[in-house]
Amino acid sequence: MPAKTEYTRLLNRTIEALLPLLAVPVALLIGAGMIYALGVNPFQAYGTLFQGAFGNVSGFTQSLVKATPLLLVGLGVTIAFRGGVINIGGEGQLIVGALAATAFSIGFSDLPRIILLPLTLLIAALSGAVWGGVPGVLKARLGVNEILSTVMMNAIALQLSNYLLRGPMIDPAEIERGTQIAQSDLLPQAAWLSRLMPRTLLHGGAILAVIMAVLVYIFLWRTTIGYRIRAVGLNPDAARYAGIPVQFYQALSLILGGAFAGLAGGVEVSGVHHRMIEGLSGGYGFSGIVAALFGKLHPLGAIPASVLFGGLLVGADRMQRATQVPSALITVILGLVVLFVVSSEIWARRRARRRETRG
Amino acid sequence: MAELFTLPVLLGIIYSGIRLATPYLYAAIGETFAQRSGVLNLGVDGIMLMGAYTGFYVAMKTGNLFLGLLGAATAGLLMGLLMSVVSVSLQAEQGISGIGLNLFGLGLSTLLFKVTLGGVESIRGFQPIRVPLLGQIPYLGEIFFNHNLLVYGAFLLVPLANYVLNNTTFGLKVRAVGQNPQAADTLGVNVTLIRYTTVCLGGILAGIAGASLSLALINLFQENMTSGMGFIAVALVYFGGWRPWGVLGGALLFSFVNALQLWVQVKGINIPSDIAVMMPYILTIIALTLSGRRARQPQALTKPFERGEN
Repeated sequence: MPAKTEYTRLLNRTIEALLPLLAVPVALLIGAGMIYALGVNPFQAYGTLFQGAFGNVSGFTQSLVKATPLLLVGLGVTIAFRGGVINIGGEGQLIVGALAATAFSIGFSDLPRIILLPLTLLIAALSGAVWGGVPGVLKARLGVNEILSTVMMNAIALQLSNYLLRGPMIDPAEIERGTQIAQSDLLPQAAWLSRLMPRTLLHGGAILAVIMAVLVYIFLWRTTIGYRIRAVGLNPDAARYAGIPVQFYQALSLILGGAFAGLAGGVEVSGVHHRMIEGLSGGYGFSGIVAALFGKLHPLGAIPASVLFGGLLVGADRMQRATQVPSALITVILGLVVLFVVSSEIWARRRARRRETRG
Repeated sequence: MAELFTLPVLLGIIYSGIRLATPYLYAAIGETFAQRSGVLNLGVDGIMLMGAYTGFYVAMKTGNLFLGLLGAATAGLLMGLLMSVVSVSLQAEQGISGIGLNLFGLGLSTLLFKVTLGGVESIRGFQPIRVPLLGQIPYLGEIFFNHNLLVYGAFLLVPLANYVLNNTTFGLKVRAVGQNPQAADTLGVNVTLIRYTTVCLGGILAGIAGASLSLALINLFQENMTSGMGFIAVALVYFGGWRPWGVLGGALLFSFVNALQLWVQVKGINIPSDIAVMMPYILTIIALTLSGRRARQPQALTKPFERGEN
């Protein structure tokens, strides 16, 4: 009965494609249960959340502003995961990128805009690449587990930032006023990304991030290096047998992952805050992972995923103000989304295995 | 620099080093069991946060520290169960599911903290108990035998875990499942059951590790108060070569550097405190580098088990 197998195959494939997408609705449903348990009407809470995130211009542009670093970090995570390495160091790479962008643009503030702005962002990406490169090289050369080393690099970056923002990089005005808030001086205006809409924070970084997503797609699927990275991620043994230097490409995917997270940091200071502040990252290093996973580790899938999670982050603040439901609920939902997405992969794997045994 | 190395200072560093090692020991010994059975549970930090919150909340509401400890262990067990379902039954990629568990634990503990407590409050936690006779020994008594119950528990856990892993049938099964689950399965060992048990045990111990922060070491609960200690605990398992005594060595080394770093700050020696705080993390990377090649890693670590494969 060829017609029936064809039908079941199609059904199976549809379920396989849709199952990870169910992660968000199911996580939101569990969240609704928690909101109900807190004595708040879930419809009202989620109403405020989505209204605040996507319901008006100011909310929606703010969601896009939050989506920008999520997308950039997510692209880095996508490259790393595709290369078979797990980069949890986005947080540290982002911080280091932001610090470097700040220091560089303030140091070279007399350069013309057309040179200063691109160089500032490039420096951010390079510093992130270095921060991701340390775990990359340690893994390639000495077999050090990259999950653990990237986490340690996060902690080191955070302390480095604390030190620099309280000492060498502190805004001189803070010392004069005696307020001592740990933040840097303003970046020169020539290093600011242009605002796209008056009276909103939406900046050129959003466009840059989308362009990057397309470039990463071309890189991973249309270039030899990208092909090799994916081959190493899919099956390192087969890749080694085919003569691909596996360690090199693993290190490269961590370096590139770091570059994108670093760029995210540069874009945050140059586009949003115009200075390096404490807590700049606010967990983008981790929520970017969620965006990448939910985008099915596809650079273009990461775009809508980032907008969705950027929106949830923005909406959560509004929800907290309107209904007293703590915005930490979104962190719970993000965690559940990750758990659901990785758990749902068993379906695809089982099917692939059945196909294999059938021959 | 000279005043750093007077006797009382050195004794103080050793004393606080031992105290600071407590949460790492509970969490890392629990993680050792999970990893020896082949499961990398990266969600330790999130479990610790849930344990720290639950322990603190229960202890504050009931006024009983032991009930708090029981609450923390229960919270840890539930988190461990969640991790088992995801990584053992549903065979999810372990590194990533750990990130999910961390976000879940971080979010839920923060949410509950904001709803039930609102602000930071402190509690009178476990107090030091001087061991009779041994506690009277000059210097040594002060350093080793004048701690709270959770510190003693953590250090007794090491030989106990070593015995269970190496000298009991259960330990043998755990090691077999971590080395070669297919073979263990053929011999009638229930791979799934063993892995559930070790991950849940790891969860319970991580929960207690969290409580050792909120009920003994810091005596309060704060949002994200572990700030990555759970990841250090996972790193200590690698560093310790998946053996309890090795984990003890790593935990002590890490905590002594941490205590030294704190002391340097107190003494106002001219190292910026933020740079000093980095030291333990840099040390961990160096330690991982040195132990990287010494591959005693359980063969089936991070590999889900599916009957009939291979």
